[in-house]
Amino acid sequence: MSRREILPDRTGHFGPFGGKFVPETVMAALDELERAYAASRRDARFRRELRGLLRQYAGRPTPLYHARRLSKALGSLKVYLKREDLLHTGAHKINNTLGQGLLAVRMGKRRLIAETGAGQHGVATATVAALFGVECEVFMGEEDMRRQALNVVRMRLLGARVTPVSGGTKTLKDATSEAIRNWVTTVRTTHYCIGSVVGPHPYPMLVRDFQAVIGREARAQILAAEGRLPDLLIACVGGGSNAIGLFHPFRHDRRVNMIGVEAGGASLTPGHHASTLVKGRPGILHGAYSLLLQDRFGQVLPTESISAGLDYPGVGPEHAYYQLTKRAQYVTVGDAKALRGAELLARTEGILPALEPAHAIAYLAELAPRLPRGSCVVVGLSGRGDKDVETMSASMSAKHAA
Amino acid sequence: MPHRASPIVHAFERLRRARRTALIPFVMGGDPTLSMTGPLLLALEDAGADLIEVGIPFSDPLADGPIIQGASARALAHGATPARVLAAVASVRHRLRVPVVCLSYWNLLVQFDGRGAQGSLRAFVRAAQESGVSGVIVPDLPVEEHEPLRRAVGDTGFSTVLLAAPTSPPERLRAIARSSQGFIYYVSVTGTTGVRRTLPPGLTHGVRQLRLLTTKPICVGFGISTPAQAAAVARIADGVIVGSALIRAIERSRGRSAILRSAETFLRRLRNAV
Repeated sequence: MSRREILPDRTGHFGPFGGKFVPETVMAALDELERAYAASRRDARFRRELRGLLRQYAGRPTPLYHARRLSKALGSLKVYLKREDLLHTGAHKINNTLGQGLLAVRMGKRRLIAETGAGQHGVATATVAALFGVECEVFMGEEDMRRQALNVVRMRLLGARVTPVSGGTKTLKDATSEAIRNWVTTVRTTHYCIGSVVGPHPYPMLVRDFQAVIGREARAQILAAEGRLPDLLIACVGGGSNAIGLFHPFRHDRRVNMIGVEAGGASLTPGHHASTLVKGRPGILHGAYSLLLQDRFGQVLPTESISAGLDYPGVGPEHAYYQLTKRAQYVTVGDAKALRGAELLARTEGILPALEPAHAIAYLAELAPRLPRGSCVVVGLSGRGDKDVETMSASMSAKHAA
Repeated sequence: MPHRASPIVHAFERLRRARRTALIPFVMGGDPTLSMTGPLLLALEDAGADLIEVGIPFSDPLADGPIIQGASARALAHGATPARVLAAVASVRHRLRVPVVCLSYWNLLVQFDGRGAQGSLRAFVRAAQESGVSGVIVPDLPVEEHEPLRRAVGDTGFSTVLLAAPTSPPERLRAIARSSQGFIYYVSVTGTTGVRRTLPPGLTHGVRQLRLLTTKPICVGFGISTPAQAAAVARIADGVIVGSALIRAIERSRGRSAILRSAETFLRRLRNAV
């Protein structure tokens, strides 16, 4: 990655990754979105409006909190948590949906659709739809609706229609496919508010730009607190939006290492994890060429993870490019360790994280003994754990019964 | 111009001379089973098909509605792979007179022999031609990304058929018309594949717009289900593509001969209307 390289390039590629691989029917809408986004980016009024909403409505800036007890528990580290869990609706997803919602209104689209896994993006989209007074339909796998029943209720309370998806694995992958199919049908009136840095260009770019507020704030905050840049950034990666949001503004800071933590699920046998960057091969899913969990024929493999938000066989093309160019490193943490990560943070800091960032906490705990004394680490705490209490309680009672 | 003759181009030249509209049925390779695919192709030819589209099943078919999604899932459950679907076509290639064109999502072609994209694409084109397949349609490969496939095809005479949609603006239609080989697949509706009660109102206008930009044959698909709809499309297009409605007719039959019979009956009714 050279210093001046612009990511993505004009055709939406991050090195070999990215691009647009979607039915012709939505190609014109992608072009329209690209133009609208380019115009908005230059428009001071749009930027002011978004900044205002992020401050007044979502609760930005979020604190960069020095987690002293966690730091001590892990040895002699300096661990900072970027508290996206404190945002309205409970996760970083709202940064993106506010941005895309404003764009949609600007394009004159009166309906938002979204896919959701854990339900956080669905809630964030339903929230913004209510705020802007537009219609909202969220596609969610039946299995995820069961696992994240609380978020289904939240979306419905916000006035969104939640459509169960019964095809395939009944999780995020199939919800995304169904959202794209719906978009193909309703494209003239509807904006597809994609929830992560995946999908066809310009989505990986625009979602990253809306999430990059995480890294921009964190960079300024750590400089203010420590007078230097951190040694390491750690964040969980499903599609990878909170991680890219944290990483991207640091990408030219050569001394800052970056680690993305993927879901190791039950085990690393094919079909039982969601570690796309660690175990996948290049391929095409949902409109982008990136890494993909697939069999040797190119059929997409099922995935498994205790956290619905990471349970996805694809990953954002910018992450695939960071891995290829060694700008970031990607690792995997399984279900059991992630649960212990959540518990560790809850017990040491009184912060119950979502199971997604619990993977990042768990990896940090594993890595801590190998880090130099006094290392300064920023962890992307992408969401809070309220939605996962039931899952955690099921695994706690299983443990106590054993 | 391709150095080697394209069977699809020839087929349309013959049809044009005979003033006949192409009837193009779609079946999913491996649905209901791999051993049925060859016999189904022969039955469809007997019933009046001029070209046959054979789907290669994919786990995540983004452009397809529930009927073809179901067919893909059944075919995969029965062990259909790209190579096995090609083998099923090859098993009847010497008895089949009409050209066969495959429909495949892009990832399956890119992974075809597991040796990187360009090697896989070349291997796919070679294997397809050896099996008697004359072209490919890739529903998730827009014109600006199709260069690698074009390069793999080279001067083999294999056709890369591109899709145009009602939402394609004129500059996209022009690029698609310029690059599509064999024919242009005009998507009749803003939507996924599936059976629909009526044809979209803007269809005639859309096809006419495309017609102004090209002399290549235009075939219309998505949502055409009944003889009356096929007849209406035949008045404006060079070919009528029918997929979901045929699959639904097959789905309702049990047993080998009943399936072949219902496919044949279904297509004959359309043939009489077109």
